[in-house]
Amino acid sequence: MSTDTERTISVVINGVPREATVPVRWLLSDALRHEFGLTGTHVGCEHGVCGSCTVLVDGQPTRSCLVLAVQVDGQQVTTVEGLARSDHQGGHVLHPIQEAFRECHALQCGFCTPGFLTTIAAGLDARDPAVEITDEEVDELVGGNLCRCTGYANIKKACRTAAAAMKDAAR
Amino acid sequence: MTTKLFGEPVRRREDARLIVGQGRYLDDIGSHAYAAAFVRSPYAHARVLDIDVSAALDVEGLLAIYTYSDLTGPMAEPLPVLIPHPQLTSPRTGHPLVKDVAKHVGEPIVMVVATDRYLAEDAAALIEVSYEELPVVVGVDAAEAATAVVHDDVPDNVAARHHQETGDVEAALAASAHTLSFTQYFERSASMPMEGKGVHARWDDADSSLRVYSSTQASTSVRAAIAAKLELSLEKVEVIAPDVGGGFGVKIVHPWPEELLVPMAARLLGHEVKWTEDRREHFISSAHERQQRQEITVGYDDDGRITALDVLVWHDNGAYTPYGIIVPINTATQLLGPYDIPVYRARVNSVYTNTVVVTPYRGAGRPQGCFAMERAMDRIAQERGLDRLELRMRNLIQPDQFPYDWGLTFQDGRPLVYDSGDYPGMMEKLRALVDWDGFAARRAAAEARGKLMGIGLAPYVEGTGPGPYEGAHVQVLGSGKVLVSTGLTSQGQGHETVFAQLAAAELGVGIEDVEVTTGDTRRFGYAVGTFASRAAVVSGNAVALAARGVREKAIRIAAELLEAAPEDLEIDEGLVQVKGTPGASIPLRTVAVLSNPLRYAFDEAAKQATQFTGPGDDSKPPVAPGDAPGLEHTDYYSPLRSTFASGAHAAVVEIDPLTWEIDVVSYAVVHDCGNVVNPMIVEGQVHGGVAQGVGGALYERMAYDRDGQLTNASFMDFLMPYASEVPDIDIDHQSTPSPLNALGIKGAGEAGVIPGSAAIASAVEDAVGRRITAMPISPTELYDLVRSVDAERVINNRSGALT
Repeated sequence: MSTDTERTISVVINGVPREATVPVRWLLSDALRHEFGLTGTHVGCEHGVCGSCTVLVDGQPTRSCLVLAVQVDGQQVTTVEGLARSDHQGGHVLHPIQEAFRECHALQCGFCTPGFLTTIAAGLDARDPAVEITDEEVDELVGGNLCRCTGYANIKKACRTAAAAMKDAAR
Repeated sequence: MTTKLFGEPVRRREDARLIVGQGRYLDDIGSHAYAAAFVRSPYAHARVLDIDVSAALDVEGLLAIYTYSDLTGPMAEPLPVLIPHPQLTSPRTGHPLVKDVAKHVGEPIVMVVATDRYLAEDAAALIEVSYEELPVVVGVDAAEAATAVVHDDVPDNVAARHHQETGDVEAALAASAHTLSFTQYFERSASMPMEGKGVHARWDDADSSLRVYSSTQASTSVRAAIAAKLELSLEKVEVIAPDVGGGFGVKIVHPWPEELLVPMAARLLGHEVKWTEDRREHFISSAHERQQRQEITVGYDDDGRITALDVLVWHDNGAYTPYGIIVPINTATQLLGPYDIPVYRARVNSVYTNTVVVTPYRGAGRPQGCFAMERAMDRIAQERGLDRLELRMRNLIQPDQFPYDWGLTFQDGRPLVYDSGDYPGMMEKLRALVDWDGFAARRAAAEARGKLMGIGLAPYVEGTGPGPYEGAHVQVLGSGKVLVSTGLTSQGQGHETVFAQLAAAELGVGIEDVEVTTGDTRRFGYAVGTFASRAAVVSGNAVALAARGVREKAIRIAAELLEAAPEDLEIDEGLVQVKGTPGASIPLRTVAVLSNPLRYAFDEAAKQATQFTGPGDDSKPPVAPGDAPGLEHTDYYSPLRSTFASGAHAAVVEIDPLTWEIDVVSYAVVHDCGNVVNPMIVEGQVHGGVAQGVGGALYERMAYDRDGQLTNASFMDFLMPYASEVPDIDIDHQSTPSPLNALGIKGAGEAGVIPGSAAIASAVEDAVGRRITAMPISPTELYDLVRSVDAERVINNRSGALT
């Protein structure tokens, strides 16, 4: 393929600098999944409605099916695989929202889950953890993603649980 | 005793991998596979005149193009009619690729394989197909009129006339003190799992064998279908359902054309091939459900007790009938709900239309049936001036009437016999949970705020856990690990957790030692599939039986080693021990090692089982006649017939008389699925079902135009509920264990969705005082209804609704 149709991009993915040559028309979701092997990002609709493919680009929730891979050249991308943090002892600590999803039965088939986790994690990380989360904030955090299994009740519960855990940790 | 596991809200073991992005869904498999894409019919009914592929041949990365003319042998024949029925007199199915005439938009005509999906779609876009358009049939009314026909040799468009009755309904209606008749409509929705379908196939040329991954609810039967269609011996085909991103019914249908074509291409090309369905493909080429026109006549006495019920349903089955008439049968039989109806007749005409096939979507004909019955109940209550709940109480089957034999045949081909239940208890729980008797005050408060408020309710009975069977294999390894496998598949229901709970509880081991595999034909070859709320009932009982078999064998072996009577032994925390004698024990893992007499010590533990280790009994062979090496057992559970779960929902809606937006402000669920293995998981199933019920009542519909184009085939336009559309749900449980299976389980998977439209229709009608005769209902439709001079006024006896 000519350089017209391919471009080499450098992206920091989950904290690791990565480089790849990808067709310019490739969606970020396809590059993440099929070039970088990060299949945790799921594609549910390919038109930006369901939110399953949400990743964080420079910390902002972004539908990776609505962005071309070449558009994130030079940026930081966080996928569901990168939400857990190093415990500085060779292991990983799950993000509080990941722990809360498990505790609250906030997932069933798990297909939409990565998009919820990235979106909610970004939202929780951006707020003052010392302030109790409101129902309106929870509705805002979960309101843009589709889930066909859970009916959302336990996803909302997981948001509150994670926010409470982050509040405790912030003390 | 081992920690109690049955009935506990054990956290799901599936989640550990799914919350960190380590699930393995279909499209995560085979990163180097070739990609398939399809040219699909853009017309609802059209003859394919010519397929010109010449422009596509120059596309870089193109590997192959297949049309019907490339199909040979069984592949060139129609797809199977999965569930034949004597009343399905004109079954029709398509071919893997359209032979002559496409019967719905989305039917596959050409398969393209290229090195990646982008290139495959490039090539597909360059293929020119010329068509002769044919007259189109959309909707049950057009199908009945039959001025156009879907299949030339089915001139009345009727695939099946399903007919069941319990007596002379016409005589019973004539003898009834009162009768009323009405007609109503129910629209299409669809399962719409977040992950569409998908197939990955890998051909092993040296071994002449095929491994297929499919996002399916029925891997064993997909395997059999592939073997038959590709003329392979069964043992040369293995099919695995990996992590599946939701099913809700659509993935029980098989073989989808792609499940045959992708393996065919993998074999022909000698390379892995994969197809991942995109969302538009899912809308126009997978299955839908629910559209019916229902003509109902009901007879009742002065007290509102039903004396006869006659139902004629026109059921839209789409272009083909791959799944037979299961949905019509469910409507016909499950319509009856919890009511004692002396004489009943159901006739369902299942008709062809030029639309996507109709096969089970969670509920599978039951939501429509519930809608028919409950709308009749509301009408009788209004006509008699009775409270709607009181009217239903008068008609319930009583606890002393079980087993309640209807004299009808259910969808499993077995007698329709309700096994157990407590319907009056269930309704009283609902009355309390939704504060039915205190609703007037709540409505008054809403009216003071300028809002209209209404309450509605709907109970249901659901046949669950149908046969013919499921099986399970349980094996204890020398490491102490317990392997459990069942052929039935999983799509997010938490089977790994629930089956581990059952196996660990039966066997007396820690749940952390149990590993569960589902839907992998390499591990378990005999299975039916996941549908009809049957996994916990059928596979659950099979797992328990298999674990029990292992337990018995372990105790038998340990009894000899410990020189104790088997009846004095128990297994607890993975230790076989003499009851009340601490110390007199042997680890289950050691029993597993010793259960397999060995010549070779392949590891340290195995030494214990080798031939020069112990004294042995020279008078007996190392493996006794009738015995087998290994600590494992396979067992099957085949239910006598389905077990009948039940429940009742109530909805409170608040309507803004300026926008006519309908807001479900309360939703109450009383749910009875017998003994519950994991209440956390059951509640999750109810939550998800209710969300789909609300979606089906207020938002979701397949908007076909007159030309058979699906005009809302995207998530932008087909409105599935987000969190903002789903109400908080109050749940109360009741448990009437099933007498039909040892665990007393009834199914729970579909329950949440069944009464949604019926309950919400009842609530909206109560709020606005206008008859609701079609669901779903949008704000626009409600506005038109309220403004219409023709709309029938409805006043419930306890309601101060808009007049």
